[in-house]
Amino acid sequence: MTEATPPRPRRRAFDWSTAAIAAVAAAAAAAIYVRDGREHFLAIFGSDLTLFGEMLPKVLAGCLIGAFVTMILPRELVARWVGHESGFPGLLIAAFFGFLLPGGPITIYPVAGAFLVMGADAGAVVAFITSWTLIGYTRALVWELPFFGPHFVIWRIVEALPLPIIAGLLARIALRAGVRVTAERNE
Amino acid sequence: MFLAVNILLWLVVAVLAFIAAMRGRVLFNAGAREGALEFLRLLPRIGAGVIGSGFIAEVLPKALVASWIGPGSGFLGVIIASLGGALTPGGPVVGFAIGAAALKSGAGAPQVIAYSTAWALYAIHRLVIWEVPLMPPRVVWLRAAVSLPLPFIAAGMAMLLAQP
Repeated sequence: MTEATPPRPRRRAFDWSTAAIAAVAAAAAAAIYVRDGREHFLAIFGSDLTLFGEMLPKVLAGCLIGAFVTMILPRELVARWVGHESGFPGLLIAAFFGFLLPGGPITIYPVAGAFLVMGADAGAVVAFITSWTLIGYTRALVWELPFFGPHFVIWRIVEALPLPIIAGLLARIALRAGVRVTAERNE
Repeated sequence: MFLAVNILLWLVVAVLAFIAAMRGRVLFNAGAREGALEFLRLLPRIGAGVIGSGFIAEVLPKALVASWIGPGSGFLGVIIASLGGALTPGGPVVGFAIGAAALKSGAGAPQVIAYSTAWALYAIHRLVIWEVPLMPPRVVWLRAAVSLPLPFIAAGMAMLLAQP
């Protein structure tokens, strides 16, 4: 069973990990209120709200970028560039596309799955996902920057630059050593 | 800096929306609708993560954070941080919020880099919830396995370069 675009799972607005974080945050907020008083509580709440407000326009932009790119991306072309015979340049190209392509897990995994179906090798797909995860620009700008600030984020990305290539090479070594992968989702 | 980031992101949105619009109104409408819906779905997650992060940072036991994953915790701290990253639930902001909170509470930068790298690459919760349903499982496990050393390499580079 192969298909070009795997079905999307339905996404709930509120999931258990969010609920868990919200519960921990509420407990922490209550503890601060009791321990340090109202003044300190409001100061922290105010700075968190400011951070939240600053993130919103970036997050909306990130969501729109992800949605549009998923629709207009020429997947066949990309798959040809990172196919079985693509060698080391294929890994570099895959890592570059990972940097370039925006979107959350919901958009990236179907794209990566489609690459596999269209003949990309698993090493290139691993490099692609690793690169998107660690050095993708929308992820860094939308999510990471507000928390850590530019100095930390820039250096973290510099230190992550070789990682997609290392992961892709390791995956190819594993494949050559006999690890078997197929493009089918249900084996 | 933050204004520049906003301008850059919205420029990209404008270019992509223009390309979509050139290919037809239906495509443009579908993209705008999909993006806006995704934004609404993310709002509660971001709200919980961001508004909670300041409070969580404030109650983290600073002495404990500093001794476990502080700048002096070395390689053992990197191992602890990577393990913590793998066990942190997925979602877009949780790992960043906790990492930033730990940094404020006295964690070392290489350890925080190991934490957020491990969380981004192989948070177990994300592998199971997102990646396995959308990808061939063997590729998912292959990717997770070859990613195991990456947080250590990133942390090692951070120690070597003494940055950030």
